[in-house]
Amino acid sequence: MADLSSGTDTLIRYREDDPVDHAAVTVDSFLDQSSASAVRVEPGDDARELIPHLERLSLVEVNFPAFGDGRGYSSARLLREAGYDGELRAVGDVLVDQVAYMRRCGFDAFDPDAPLNEDDLEAAFNRWPEVYQSAADERTPIWSKRHA
Amino acid sequence: MYLYDQYDQRQVDARVEEFRDQARRRLEGKLTEDQFKPLRLMNGLYLQLHAYMLRVAIPYGTLNSRQMHALADIADRYDRGYGHFTTRQNIQYNWIKLEEAADLLADLAKVEMHAIQTSGNCIRNISSDHFAGAASDELVDPRPYAELLRQWSSFHPEFSYLPRKFKIAVIASDTDRAAMRLHDIGIQIVQQDGELGAAFYVGGGMGRTPMIAPCIKDFVPLDRLVTYAEAVLRVYNRYGRRDNKYKARIKILVHEMGKDEFTQAVDEEFARMLDEGIEPPFAELERIRTFFEDPLFEAGASEEIDRGDPDFALWVDRNTVAHKAPGYVSAVISLKPVGGIPGDATSEQMRLMADLAKDYSFDELRVMHTQNIVLPHVRKADLHALWTALDGAGLGAPNLDTIEDIIACPGLDYCSLANARSIPVAQKISERFAANGKTEALGQLKLKISGCINACGHHHAGHIGILGVDRKGVENYQLLLGGSEAEDVSLAKITGPGFDEAGIVDAVETAADVYLREREDGERFLDTYRRIGMTPFKEALYG
Repeated sequence: MADLSSGTDTLIRYREDDPVDHAAVTVDSFLDQSSASAVRVEPGDDARELIPHLERLSLVEVNFPAFGDGRGYSSARLLREAGYDGELRAVGDVLVDQVAYMRRCGFDAFDPDAPLNEDDLEAAFNRWPEVYQSAADERTPIWSKRHA
Repeated sequence: MYLYDQYDQRQVDARVEEFRDQARRRLEGKLTEDQFKPLRLMNGLYLQLHAYMLRVAIPYGTLNSRQMHALADIADRYDRGYGHFTTRQNIQYNWIKLEEAADLLADLAKVEMHAIQTSGNCIRNISSDHFAGAASDELVDPRPYAELLRQWSSFHPEFSYLPRKFKIAVIASDTDRAAMRLHDIGIQIVQQDGELGAAFYVGGGMGRTPMIAPCIKDFVPLDRLVTYAEAVLRVYNRYGRRDNKYKARIKILVHEMGKDEFTQAVDEEFARMLDEGIEPPFAELERIRTFFEDPLFEAGASEEIDRGDPDFALWVDRNTVAHKAPGYVSAVISLKPVGGIPGDATSEQMRLMADLAKDYSFDELRVMHTQNIVLPHVRKADLHALWTALDGAGLGAPNLDTIEDIIACPGLDYCSLANARSIPVAQKISERFAANGKTEALGQLKLKISGCINACGHHHAGHIGILGVDRKGVENYQLLLGGSEAEDVSLAKITGPGFDEAGIVDAVETAADVYLREREDGERFLDTYRRIGMTPFKEALYG
């Protein structure tokens, strides 16, 4: 179940560890300094620049200034493919109709601009009994079940 | 043809319930129109001038008689008793109510159909060769690869909010019947050293800035097909332009990066993805292939056709195509009656085509990108009975690939993007050439009409193209010559100043007359144009 108790009112986390207690810095600032453990990736940033520094990261926020800009899905997935296992948080214009795909791309926390309705959220995550693709989550694709 | 298993069925059923919930939240005001729009588009629901249009996916254009019957029932129940077959091998209904859309989708799901990703900035329905599995010249049936990609692209978590729409076509012969190189990705299944693989053409398209896709990889092994497609999509999703929707298609990215740099970016992504477990096992492709095995063709079927009736003989000559099995042909049902609306069919016509497919074509139909219907496997011995039934229902027009076989977009009669009407121009041209009797002499002449620069009517790829524009509030039509969507792909060029509605019909006849005057033995209109160039046409049109 989502932990709705910590952080901001709208933060939803699917992790057991404690959230990072300081604000995320920009990718440029992060690459310039060694102390930050939280970074915010904007749609135009190249998330691959973070890959050499994944050990010191505990939180990557991926910003969605507009929900229709899908670059953040790729940013999330390529970080997971590179082995990042810290918190991956979708922030900004994050809507309930996109969260299921975001989970599949590796997001495990959401901090939307507008709060999400809890019933709608639960329905969204329970919507898809099966998936066609292998992605950044643990779900077994249909093609794997067919040939188990 | 492909049949759903429990997994496929659960997916479409879940999608119907998801959309039902989204439509409810929209009607209750919990979703804004801006938030709802991409969701309804990804379910095929598009707001036109007068009502919602709903576009149903017909994957790679293949359907059976039960499905065609369901499409007819939907036309009666939710629309005005007809539907419109499109250049994407789909069908559109023009008079849909939002409140009923989820019920319509549920009816589709009962016959293993859907409207998933038929609009929106996502991977669209995969198109293919309408003679797949029947053509005498194909290497293999391309549809299993299209079905593999259909499943991969459906509800793709990473690629559902792309910069712009994304269209994929798959063919498997050197003859291109699917406008493959005018797609975002065109795939040709090829053979190298006895191994099958896929050649990838990336960055083609029509629209405002037409481009012919270059080949970025001449051979991708079949057990890497999905992974390579995923790599192309990731490069596009990350780097495709989002600042200007008119520059957001992948063709612009390929053009701006240059083919070599783009290819290198894809190859690097591909190399990283190889260990990510993206590719379905080869057994899955083998499973899908079993659905596309040949039907049981009758051995020794007769090659004889009784040509006693000249109307029937003309239809056979014009509307049937060579088949790989002796004694069989593919028969094209023209949805282009003289003076009709290209691609439209009534529910009664759909039911008849469905029944004829059951009786004469192993229960299979195909939708062509040229907005006609194919019965892919018909015994020559059955052709007369088939033609008699078609002709009695207004479906016997003998005009495949002639100047009467016009592609036209819905235009300003339906579409909110259009600048000019397309349908009345198509109607007047087919009436003109049916009356002056030049259709036969002109032979193959592909005429394509778009009502705006978005080019849904493929005017860039017409031997003769017509583009409707708005000129100070008046509909105006530009004439283009020399395009082709086939293996000899080329983009048409504008002749000069445009014409009014009556003038464009005259202009088409003038261009046709130049061809009839100048042609040499065996030349099609396109061949003559390529030999003599634009000048003689310009002189006749404007001189």
